[in-house]
Amino acid sequence: MSEWWTYRLSDFLMFSPSAYGRLVALYNRELWPGPLLALAAGLLALYLAGSMRSARGATDGNGRVLAGLLAFAWAWVAWAFCAQRYATIFLGGPYLAAAFAAEVALLLFIAIAPANQRQLPGVVSRVTGWLLAWAGVLAYPLLVLARGRPWTEAEVFGWMPDPTALATLGLLLATGMRAAHIPRWVPMIVPLLVLAVDWAMRSGGG
Amino acid sequence: MQRRHFLQLLSACVPVAAHGQSAAPVHLRAIPSSGEQIPVLGLGSWITFNVGDDPVGRTASRQVIGEFLAQGGRLIDSSPMYGSSQPVIGEALDRLGARSRVFAADKVWTGGDGAAQVEASRRLWRVDRFDLLQVHNLLAWEKQLSLLEQMKSQGRVRYIGITTSEGRRHGEMERIMRSRRIDFVQFTYNPVDREAEQRLLPLAAERGIAVIVNRPFQQGELLRALRREPLPGWAREAECESWPQLVLKFIVSHPAVTCAIPATSRVDHLRENMAAARGRVPDAALRQRIATHIARAV
Repeated sequence: MSEWWTYRLSDFLMFSPSAYGRLVALYNRELWPGPLLALAAGLLALYLAGSMRSARGATDGNGRVLAGLLAFAWAWVAWAFCAQRYATIFLGGPYLAAAFAAEVALLLFIAIAPANQRQLPGVVSRVTGWLLAWAGVLAYPLLVLARGRPWTEAEVFGWMPDPTALATLGLLLATGMRAAHIPRWVPMIVPLLVLAVDWAMRSGGG
Repeated sequence: MQRRHFLQLLSACVPVAAHGQSAAPVHLRAIPSSGEQIPVLGLGSWITFNVGDDPVGRTASRQVIGEFLAQGGRLIDSSPMYGSSQPVIGEALDRLGARSRVFAADKVWTGGDGAAQVEASRRLWRVDRFDLLQVHNLLAWEKQLSLLEQMKSQGRVRYIGITTSEGRRHGEMERIMRSRRIDFVQFTYNPVDREAEQRLLPLAAERGIAVIVNRPFQQGELLRALRREPLPGWAREAECESWPQLVLKFIVSHPAVTCAIPATSRVDHLRENMAAARGRVPDAALRQRIATHIARAV
């Protein structure tokens, strides 16, 4: 297909909001109480990140656990949602799953890399990061009510792509955790892309 | 457009009774290459039938398709690009026992193995063969149109065509219409997207090519804009009671248009749309009035 520049990202939004909402509701219902466990994992991630705030120098054990937890969350979302469910209504589902798998590899590397270094982020980065992390874990599931949709369609960190990307981006910013030899911003690329593409697709109004 | 073609196409607009009900008959238009007549309104499937495995969505889709057929509709259009729309349509036709009543229109949308994709689509639709296959958005059209020509010569598809949407690649579409023997073209046309009136619609009439109109409501944007406006009193002259009916009557009253394919996931909207396939056909003066009014309103 040539003339790609004549297309908006929203042109590729191939499902209705109600079809997406019912997909999420079915996923939540089929694997209940999975969303509650994912919410608990999100709270644990916030606790682990908070416990890292006073640490200096190398990433401590909590940081490694946090990176491992995030890797598991991304792997779950890639498999259980993107590949198994989202792909039934979105042709880009498998590609999204692949992007999530790439993020899993980066997070696992942060978790297990022997020369793991942690640089304490600046104030702006920490404040922004914490806001995003709290928004991803606690505020995002409530968005569904603000949109006038039933709570059964709530999207939870570690369960759905957007809150997972939002909270992960926040936690990376807030904690400054990173792997040696990999620039700090590299693990932020996929979460940013996930959020940007999703926002662009849904803001088209089609 | 030449007057001769205008009159030929108008004379092809023949009303028939809707299947299984006593409502006023739906208008038919002839496919120029064969003379076969199909209703002036078909059913699109972009977004609306892409409901995945959701049983609620599948039931709603089946009800829409059942009502469409009950109202006298025949042509349903889909594409491999439309996610789960093909299997949803296939399941609905199977459960409704309606495979023989539908005019199955689908597309090939790949730069690769078009034949394999068509076969996969056919299995999803659960039909013996497609009535119409189109090259979707002109993707790899040289390769895929040759494939469709070959399939038609072998009797594996009845009609072939090409598609585009939202005004893209009209120049290329025009060149293909002039140089290849195709039965159908599909593009966007409505009271505010009227570029097709300049070249494509007259050329289709001249070359004897049937026209399917997609995105009649600009994927809902046009109706959302019109929602604020009261329906003018003179809409009753066209026997229209709503904006969707007025828009659809404008489209299907163009003499070169064979059918329009609005998509919907709601039975009440389907009924409202199908009413535009009945009753008075706006003349040129009324068409102009509709277009002018809507262009001012949005």
